[in-house]
Amino acid sequence: MSPRHPLMRSAAAIGASIGACVALVSGRLEAQAPASIYAITGARVSTVSGAVLENATVVIADGKILSVGPTAIVPSGAEVIDGAGLDVSPGFFDAMSQLGLTEIGAVNATNDITEAGAFNPQVDAATAIHPSTDHIPVARANGITHAVAVPGMPSGFLGGGPVIGGQASAIHLDGWTVEEMLLGRSVGMVVNWPSVQARSFDFATFSLRARPYREAKEEQAKQTREIARWLADARDYRLARGKGGERIERNLKLEALGPYVSGEKPFLVRADTERDIRDAVAFFVDGQKQRMVLVGADEAWKVASFLAEKKVPVIIGPTQALPRSDDDPYDATMAAPAVLHAAGVTFALSTYNSSDVRNLPYEIGTAVGFGLPRDVALRAITLAPAQILGLDALVGSIEPGKVANLVVTRGDPLEIRSTVTHVFVKGVPVSLETRHTTLYEKYKGRPRPAAAAR
Amino acid sequence: MIRRVLLVPALVAVTVVPGGPAFAQGAAVVTAIRNATILTITKGTIDKGTIVIRNGKIAAVGANVDVPRGATEIDATGLFVMPGIIDAHSHIAVDGAVNESSLSVTSMVGVEDVLNPKDIDIYRGLAGGVTSANVLHGSANAIGGKNAVIKLRWGKDARGLLFEGALPGIKFALGENPKRASAAGGNAERRYPATRMGVIDVIREAFVEARAYQATWRAHEAAVKAGDRTAIAPARDLRLEPLVEILEGKRLVHAHSYRADEILQLIRLAEEFKFRIATLQHVLEGYKVADEIARHGAGASTFSDWWAYKVEAYDAVPHNAALMTDRGVLVSINSDSAEEHRHLNQEAAKAMKYGGLTEDQALELVTINPALQLGVDKRVGSIEVGKDADLVLYSAHPLSTFAIPRQVLIDGVVYFDREMDLQQRQVRAAQKQALKDKARSTGTAKPTAPDTTPKAETTTPGQEDLR
Repeated sequence: MSPRHPLMRSAAAIGASIGACVALVSGRLEAQAPASIYAITGARVSTVSGAVLENATVVIADGKILSVGPTAIVPSGAEVIDGAGLDVSPGFFDAMSQLGLTEIGAVNATNDITEAGAFNPQVDAATAIHPSTDHIPVARANGITHAVAVPGMPSGFLGGGPVIGGQASAIHLDGWTVEEMLLGRSVGMVVNWPSVQARSFDFATFSLRARPYREAKEEQAKQTREIARWLADARDYRLARGKGGERIERNLKLEALGPYVSGEKPFLVRADTERDIRDAVAFFVDGQKQRMVLVGADEAWKVASFLAEKKVPVIIGPTQALPRSDDDPYDATMAAPAVLHAAGVTFALSTYNSSDVRNLPYEIGTAVGFGLPRDVALRAITLAPAQILGLDALVGSIEPGKVANLVVTRGDPLEIRSTVTHVFVKGVPVSLETRHTTLYEKYKGRPRPAAAAR
Repeated sequence: MIRRVLLVPALVAVTVVPGGPAFAQGAAVVTAIRNATILTITKGTIDKGTIVIRNGKIAAVGANVDVPRGATEIDATGLFVMPGIIDAHSHIAVDGAVNESSLSVTSMVGVEDVLNPKDIDIYRGLAGGVTSANVLHGSANAIGGKNAVIKLRWGKDARGLLFEGALPGIKFALGENPKRASAAGGNAERRYPATRMGVIDVIREAFVEARAYQATWRAHEAAVKAGDRTAIAPARDLRLEPLVEILEGKRLVHAHSYRADEILQLIRLAEEFKFRIATLQHVLEGYKVADEIARHGAGASTFSDWWAYKVEAYDAVPHNAALMTDRGVLVSINSDSAEEHRHLNQEAAKAMKYGGLTEDQALELVTINPALQLGVDKRVGSIEVGKDADLVLYSAHPLSTFAIPRQVLIDGVVYFDREMDLQQRQVRAAQKQALKDKARSTGTAKPTAPDTTPKAETTTPGQEDLR
């Protein structure tokens, strides 16, 4: 493929991204896995796409799910896991994470989350993902098998960050290199919706600093106009280059926006307050006619019917977060998933974190106590995020043909007290050892003081 | 959600209003919680049990307990009752900043002077099953300020929050925070101490001073006793007085610490000055020196699973609580966060997942163990006759991810009731709307925007910095 034809290239890349992914999976298996066929027999299987199957068998071959059901045949040569008393669920998907982009929060040298500058569509998370981060095995041990690493969306009191943060990359949580891990190099374009920020937090004095509302409003309007201009330029660029306009100089920023302005992939638009959410939807959906996924979305619960009406999918943050306002119900965050579900909003839940990704199943589990149906809860961290990001042909449910990312538990996978017994990533059982289990074993074995010394 | 379930008649009768609980007045007030699964913590689990509460105290507990005539009954069929959660490390209900960071020894200041009974985080914590909390200063200073142990009596004034009879305490801090802190909150010159060496030295210097101060007073008291009527009392030093109280075993030291080596340093210093550290707070590497902690007799109050937010938290393991428990340390799990505060029952469950504690041991981490650490175990921490009726009624077993508090009682008074809360939302929404309409129609006053002011207290481990 000639690099002179970016449009063709990008179209091919999409096809290739699906094909390559599967090829990589099988390639790796052939190269190193002694067994490539596994069967989990006699288990309770939550397919998510369909019914919960009792006493069922899941067969995994060459990285993918070969068959599932009470009558699935175990191929000869398969490594068999007795699933009696166990639950099999699709591997959990943290669709908005910082996995691979940070190691120690307070040490800036380990952080690759946010690039300098306000408009960075050209950067992608995959470039910075650190495959050997200690955070990945920790997340995996609790059943998270794939995640999206999201650049340009710093967590913080007042949101903030660049206006266009870069491209989010979806990864399987196993692999020696990022290429082996990729599930999708560019699955979402991060936009931090400009908020009217009349107050900013000053770390030097640990207090809020006010600035004139008019000034803040003007800045917001300016940033919004700039987004509109970037989108318009990207459309023009795409058109011009598509017509064989080789004389037009390459512009990596506009090129990166191509698959997004074309509607092929979604913008991940972070807006948290009710007003910002309405403004962002009016801009992206009504005005610009773009594919928009609302992320962050602290106050999505306040505008649930609006989001349902506009058919905007949402990836909300943790339930275990404080409500934004003193006036909000005490359970606003914990009940948010139930409110969105009742209003008919398509939603997923994510951690927006790295070290805390392991708590994803318990974050959504917390919503169950506040009225979210149990099956919807499981969907919100498996199939729903895959659908929202257009990755559901590959992952999200237990169906033949999908990548075999699975979690096996003794007990309800959304319960803290349950034990994760096996995790499959791309059809291979992965180690459940972590930095934490290593330290645990080491210090558990520290010789106890002699009785006399006590 | 937003289910509008009919109110329990008993509750209507006693008109529980969050913010103004009313039925603790008058003569003997008797309440009976019936048909509950009772997790007593210290005396096993009782199926279909009854708890009788008289004047705020637990009067009877058991499977076959008679309900006194005239008692207000709470039908807890299908519910689990456990003692109110005790959070051994909190910063809720503090008005303004939690650090007096202009000096590295600030034992003269106290949380009690700045308690804010209107902090909404009190109500939110209450709704998460917390009934008592150890409210501490931040960790900017090697020796911080005096703590306040409170009960989450939402609606009472500042004095009404205080846990009467609780032993006074003080915050110490080791490691990255005190060495990083500087005067005026971060933008001035570095102050002493700037290393772990300096942190321990600051504490040692302070105790040397405190001993000298103590000796001066003792000499004075001896002179007075000996009949010296000309003896002049030494000037009081409000900075050293709390340190003398530590030396005399009258004030508990709650020491923020992370690394194993700094934990040992403080233990050695305490033994040098012959006092015992009440609790090592956070103590994320406590598992590495659990034997030494146990031998000293310090309690350990840790996070369930926070890690990697700073270098000294990189060796944190979620097995910490279990490993220390296994070596004989008295362990609690705390929040240090107005958010984490709201689901400490779940955080306790993590000690089963990581390290294999039993259900009972896990529940102890947030009930009787913190009560022992704060010296309030005679009053709270378990469901026993004679103790305060600080109770949580959960919708399911409290170690389940799906369990939520339905009612929370302190001193036998219902301070939180979920159905009541849901009902009040409609009332408040109507009131708010009426105010907005009024403002619009008169055109004079603008409706007040909801307060979205972020608090200086963040809940993100990576940013919670100096607490």
